Amino acid sequence: MTESNGTERVDVLIVGSGFGGAIAAYHLAAGGASVLVLERGPWLEGEDFDHDFKLGSSYTRIFDFVVGDGMSLLGGNCVGGGSVVYFAAMPRAPRFVFDRQGSIGRRMWPASVTRDTLDPWYDRVTESLPVTRQDWNDVTYSGGLFAAACAHAGRTANPVPVAIDASKCTNCNWMMAGCRFDAKRSLLFNYLPAALAHGARIRPMHEVQKLTRNTDGGYRVHYNVIDDSDYRITAGSGSIDAKIVVLAAGAGATPVILQRSEPDLGKMPHAVGRYFSGNGERLNTAILDEDRVRDLLGLAKPDGVPYAASQVGKGPCVASWDRLDGARPEYTRYSLEQLYFPPGFGTILAQVPDATGPSWFGAEKKEIVRRWQSWLTIFAMTEDDNEGVFGPPPATGNAMRISQQMLGRGPIRYDPTPNTLRGWALADADVKDIMERDGLSRVMPWTNDVVGAYTVHPLASCRIGDDPATSALDDRHELRGHPGIFVTDGSAVPGALTVNPALTIAALAERAMPGIVAAARARGVNVSYGAPAPDGATSARNAVLPLLVRD
Amino acid sequence: MRSDLSHQTNQNMTLEAFADTIVPGEKRFPDDIAVAGASSGGGAVAAGALELLADPATGIADDLGAFADLINEHARAYAAEHGLTPDPELPPLVGLSFADRTALIRHLTSPTHPEREIWILVALFSNMAFDTGAHLHTVDAMAAGHPGLAAMGFAQPDADGLWRFPDYSYGRELAHLHPGTTSSGSPA
Repeated sequence: MTESNGTERVDVLIVGSGFGGAIAAYHLAAGGASVLVLERGPWLEGEDFDHDFKLGSSYTRIFDFVVGDGMSLLGGNCVGGGSVVYFAAMPRAPRFVFDRQGSIGRRMWPASVTRDTLDPWYDRVTESLPVTRQDWNDVTYSGGLFAAACAHAGRTANPVPVAIDASKCTNCNWMMAGCRFDAKRSLLFNYLPAALAHGARIRPMHEVQKLTRNTDGGYRVHYNVIDDSDYRITAGSGSIDAKIVVLAAGAGATPVILQRSEPDLGKMPHAVGRYFSGNGERLNTAILDEDRVRDLLGLAKPDGVPYAASQVGKGPCVASWDRLDGARPEYTRYSLEQLYFPPGFGTILAQVPDATGPSWFGAEKKEIVRRWQSWLTIFAMTEDDNEGVFGPPPATGNAMRISQQMLGRGPIRYDPTPNTLRGWALADADVKDIMERDGLSRVMPWTNDVVGAYTVHPLASCRIGDDPATSALDDRHELRGHPGIFVTDGSAVPGALTVNPALTIAALAERAMPGIVAAARARGVNVSYGAPAPDGATSARNAVLPLLVRD
Repeated sequence: MRSDLSHQTNQNMTLEAFADTIVPGEKRFPDDIAVAGASSGGGAVAAGALELLADPATGIADDLGAFADLINEHARAYAAEHGLTPDPELPPLVGLSFADRTALIRHLTSPTHPEREIWILVALFSNMAFDTGAHLHTVDAMAAGHPGLAAMGFAQPDADGLWRFPDYSYGRELAHLHPGTTSSGSPA
């Protein structure tokens, strides 16, 4: 649709095509609204995903690495967002997480959201992707090694639920470059094609810069078109009018768009660009003694080698949830998960045990890199203190881009509090206890001295809550003071989850949909809620319909 | 610095010395001076650090000469501060021993150094040259015996240039599940 002044017009404009954007696009398009999705990154699928480290290959095209002050963020930059680059681990958040108080001294989640009230929405996502349990035959060598180490230390360990089709998976471990074999059940296989089938449109390489308000109460969305190969180059610009805007640009970008919009839209809630959480993330690298792996754990591959298989697999397969105990004090609860990072990301920050010189570069570092196939990376997701704050927005986008793709310098500042540091120290000590027991390996945490702390799960920079002073969104995900703007990405999650957050982000987005549909109807959009799962399955949909209070 | 060598050659030797400090390697030829020879096997330089740094995709290719000049200023000051008398024929960083190059770069990349972002960026790409060969298609790097990927034991791809690992699992239960695990496989 186009207005008489030539400006394109849609019912609903969605910024970003990750979980928050794709779920909104599907439900609103299926319900009858005209929907347009603007995605800053490229649209790749199947054979576009390279097994290649060369700069300019799919991994640099679809990944975003923003270095801030004290915190670096890794996120998706493509149609499908994080779901295309992530490892597809999909646990639900433990019950105690919803009672967390964090830095504000009272429950940070809205009263209406608990594990019990969110479970039906978790079910919707689980049915839609789908998410499945793994058994021990699905668990890779590295996952099995971690499980055996946990058992040796008297701990439990669980295969994690995943959105992976095991029958197609080759265990190539190139998941961060996108899945070449269509095994990862990213949004390219469920919500997004279903949204397209219902008439939604997606425009890649369209980076939204800011919103302005129209006289009819709707919004004008201003974007730049990004060059296909050199993301530092702006190839055009434009604007589109919408009655409803759904922001789902990711926790590293959504608050930046709102900050940049403030001079036009008026004052933003205090919590926009504050209370950022890195999901309390922390990494350790264990360097295994292969003989001890054989002798202590009784493990051997078909070739007789005990392990030496860090390259083999599909991201995280096994997690230890022994410290996810709601009876423990806040900031002492965390999960530990076996993980894989490819070289580059996964080696630079690893530190030399007992280094006599520099710990992250140099001659001693090279010696441990030679043993890379005997590395095991352990990922801790702890409870941080929502201490991240965004400074003034950069000229465009969410970072000053340094490289043609992937690497940029962003406005986030993160100075970990004693609570966060204590959680990291506890997790580090626990990893050491498990992995160094009886000489199994040597362990060191990744250094925070190079790019600060880091997160692959940025959260909470524009969060839901009941308290207007500490939450940017109400419990329907509508931006306080700016009706018609909703936020459904990871920035809406109130705080660290102690587990991988994708399923919770998606469940919250599903839960927000009836309210967004109602808001669209109130603005004259002929749209209804009630679409089944993207493949037509209806059981989870049928379970949520009775929960809804009809307008 | 040697007057018979171009400024750019001296800059390249300087960048080689920097990259070699991040991932050291063996000397490429007996009188190699940029590569200190602090480690066996190829290091970042042999792995292609200068080619990667000069790749326009990094975004720093145009600044490399300035970076080389800047670190040579630091090296000159470092030598003076420590009472060293490096060979005046060499770029100042190249004239330092491996231990002194290491100490200087450790200082420049330390959390409080005002230029740390520059030097970490150069270190990052030097490291990537070794452990990913990011200036090359990985199948070509593997075929050519790329020293970093080879040192890490990175597996060879299948004939179609894709990686697959048909053997991937110990295939047995290796720990007890957490007692609170729900029917969906999640924590309670």
